[in-house]
Amino acid sequence: MKLFRAISFQTSLVARLSVLLAAVAVLPATPACAADGPKRGGTLTAIVQPEPVTLTPAFNTATPTQIVAGNIFDGLVYYDPALKPQPSLATEWKVAEDGLTISFNLRKGVKWHDGKPFSSADVKWSLENVWKTIHPRNKAIFENVATVDTPDDNTIILHLSKPSLPILSVLNAVGAPILPKHLYEGTDILNNAYNNKPVGTGAFVFKEWKKGEYILLERNPDYWEPAKPYLDKVIFRIIPDAAARAAAIEKGEVQYATFNPVSFREVERLAKLPSLKVDTRGYDWLSPVLYLDFNVENQYLKDVRVRQAIAFALDKEALGKVVWYGYGKPAVSPVPTALTAFHDASVPKYPFDLKKAEALLDEAGFRRGPDGVRFTLHHDFLPYGDDYKRTGEYLKQALKRVGIEINIRAQDTAAFIKRVYADRDFDISSSYNGAFPDPQIGVVREYWSGWLGSKTPWTNGSGYRNAEVDGLIQAAAVEGNPKKRTEDFNRFQQIVQRDLPTLPLLELRFFTLHSSALKDVVLQADQSYGSLKNAWFDQAPAQN
Amino acid sequence: MIPVSVRFFGRRALQLVIVVLGIAITNFFLLRLAPGDAAQVLAGEAGSATPEYLAALRKQFGLDQPLPVQFALYLRNLLSLNLGFSFRQGLPVLELIAQRLPATLLLMGTSITFALLVGSAMGVAAARRAGRATDTVISSIALLFYATPVFWTGIMLIVVFSVWLDWLPVGGMTSIERGYTGLAYLKDVAAHLVIPATTLGLFFLAVYTRLMRAAMIDVQQQDFVRTAVAKGLRPGRIAYRHVVRNALLPVLTMLGVQVGAVLGGAVLVETVFSWPGLGRLAFEALFQRDLNLLLGILLCSSVVVVLANAAIDFLYTVLDPRIELS
Repeated sequence: MKLFRAISFQTSLVARLSVLLAAVAVLPATPACAADGPKRGGTLTAIVQPEPVTLTPAFNTATPTQIVAGNIFDGLVYYDPALKPQPSLATEWKVAEDGLTISFNLRKGVKWHDGKPFSSADVKWSLENVWKTIHPRNKAIFENVATVDTPDDNTIILHLSKPSLPILSVLNAVGAPILPKHLYEGTDILNNAYNNKPVGTGAFVFKEWKKGEYILLERNPDYWEPAKPYLDKVIFRIIPDAAARAAAIEKGEVQYATFNPVSFREVERLAKLPSLKVDTRGYDWLSPVLYLDFNVENQYLKDVRVRQAIAFALDKEALGKVVWYGYGKPAVSPVPTALTAFHDASVPKYPFDLKKAEALLDEAGFRRGPDGVRFTLHHDFLPYGDDYKRTGEYLKQALKRVGIEINIRAQDTAAFIKRVYADRDFDISSSYNGAFPDPQIGVVREYWSGWLGSKTPWTNGSGYRNAEVDGLIQAAAVEGNPKKRTEDFNRFQQIVQRDLPTLPLLELRFFTLHSSALKDVVLQADQSYGSLKNAWFDQAPAQN
Repeated sequence: MIPVSVRFFGRRALQLVIVVLGIAITNFFLLRLAPGDAAQVLAGEAGSATPEYLAALRKQFGLDQPLPVQFALYLRNLLSLNLGFSFRQGLPVLELIAQRLPATLLLMGTSITFALLVGSAMGVAAARRAGRATDTVISSIALLFYATPVFWTGIMLIVVFSVWLDWLPVGGMTSIERGYTGLAYLKDVAAHLVIPATTLGLFFLAVYTRLMRAAMIDVQQQDFVRTAVAKGLRPGRIAYRHVVRNALLPVLTMLGVQVGAVLGGAVLVETVFSWPGLGRLAFEALFQRDLNLLLGILLCSSVVVVLANAAIDFLYTVLDPRIELS
């Protein structure tokens, strides 16, 4: 009975034969035999939450925008599970020995969704008008690109005044988005109408955005990679309530949801259902790290011994297991372990040790008062949900044991950002940042003193100033020798883990929930932001 | 001599303009007390930013202008009936409100109608058997619905009717990409509407039940009811023709209050059921410091409140001829 139903789903004769053959070959050793290759068709319903502000990643690096845009746009490359760049719109690339020239060969015959040909002029225009100017993350990385040559439509050569090695770590669709020059040239990019009805070269074409409800993408029939994508349509639904998201996923109305779509408690339950799979891969390109910022201007926290005492007083193992339900691994350095080339495991460490914490606090001169309290601090947690609030509650309990009283303050995002980064009216704040494959992209911004006074969110929150650290950061930015660069970053890690203006707590493991019928869904280190062009349905979902 | 009704409407129109302008001006300054601005929120969500990026956003949003200039611009827009532009959403405020208004009207209209009809009926039934078992049961049920948090009722209904029984969809307002038209479309929307409207309706229901019950008991003790009994009218006729009609006045007042809250009243239900309505839009606009949009929604709400109150005043005179337009 099952076999007949399977056959009736097939359309081509070849496919019918292959299914029959598979059935005849009864019980093959692995379920993924050749006859079970990707199947075409089906509509995938995914979740994007919160609703994106824009669908163009050129000037907005928020997660929702990138989740959708990664399907509409292609990058020059994508990143394989080892974080190595792999060909996408660029087929080959070469970095000169001195790091001052980077050349790319571009794929031929690629078309924008409106039918116009894609060429090196689009890349050059995007680099000069987007990556070097308004892209919030790339400005520093591309600022040393002096000139860009396009000898022909399929070649682009970057000439740099100083080397900039992190360039090769940001060249995917959302890291260095390529916009169609013919639709953007000469316009006000921030207000261009195509920002909300994007035209890309990617596997899926933008079709409709019904605000507050869904974003609809359709298969790009002219996609450059033969046979891909396999899905006919991708719908990104906006479901604001976490319990409703869990219900929609459990029921099968939604088959793909990234970035912790439901609470940890729910995922424990949903993971046991045979119809669902939980996957923590596909986030390595982001490599999120949870940390505490200590306001180093605070009368207690300005003493490095107090900061170190707090580090000793926190049981990061327990924090990861209990508060984060195992979706977090203790961090030893601000550069997470996924960045194998840069992570330094020999930095000063702070294992859970209450005695040492108490001793350091006594040594700093903050003895326990008659009520057992040494001093009181305020903690502002990142207002991104209960997980950060619980982290704050853990902090309060843990520090009480060594005589530090913590008052937890709650506020919304706008107030939090103003308090920490503009008014600097806080003692300890929690936050997370993406390290990205190169520390220069995501990590050093927390420590470089050049950000101080600029009131820019997610920069140096602690107020830390160290000339040597600043020097190392600036040297590494323009260092062309990878080995020398790694040494700079190792020295950087040693110093900041000794001074501890910021305490890395956990390497967070975000999770994706998807239907077990959805195959080949996580193939890249940047999959959570990447295209669903490889994904296919073993069995099409019942449409909701 | 100008007729009373013309004078009534003329004065109400003037009142409306003054009240709405006052609310708009108060809101403008009140909302600016919230810490942080839209550019900081956007940059915050982006997870990375540069001072140049923040400056570009503030310029785009007009936040780089001094407050008096922003206020003058706002007043000029307001007086020319222009609600401004939501830079975050990339659309004019009026268009955004128009997109979301039908969904909210449908949800609130259905749930209030449901609550009014069922609640009043329950109130009448309870009042006619006041003090007996029926009364106790009805009052307890009403109180239970009133005391249960709306979001919890919503989630429970989803779990039972969508996930377990698989009768109704989990959320949203339509099935996406099914191309339904005509009757099939109406049926589809109705299926999506059942749980959210019931959830919200159950909450409102209690208010009507209790109001109706109290008003009925009160009216039953009036002299004209005793007269009606003395005349030998049947109890049913007394209840419906004499008591209910007079007991409707407080219910009508409540209806006016709830209709006034229509535009912003359903935040929780709209969130739990991914219903694309105005309440959710306002709620999100608040967190995103999208002040143009928020001011626009609040302004529309105040217009609706004033209009609803005028309509209720008018309806009083229909229900009770002793009340006059003045």
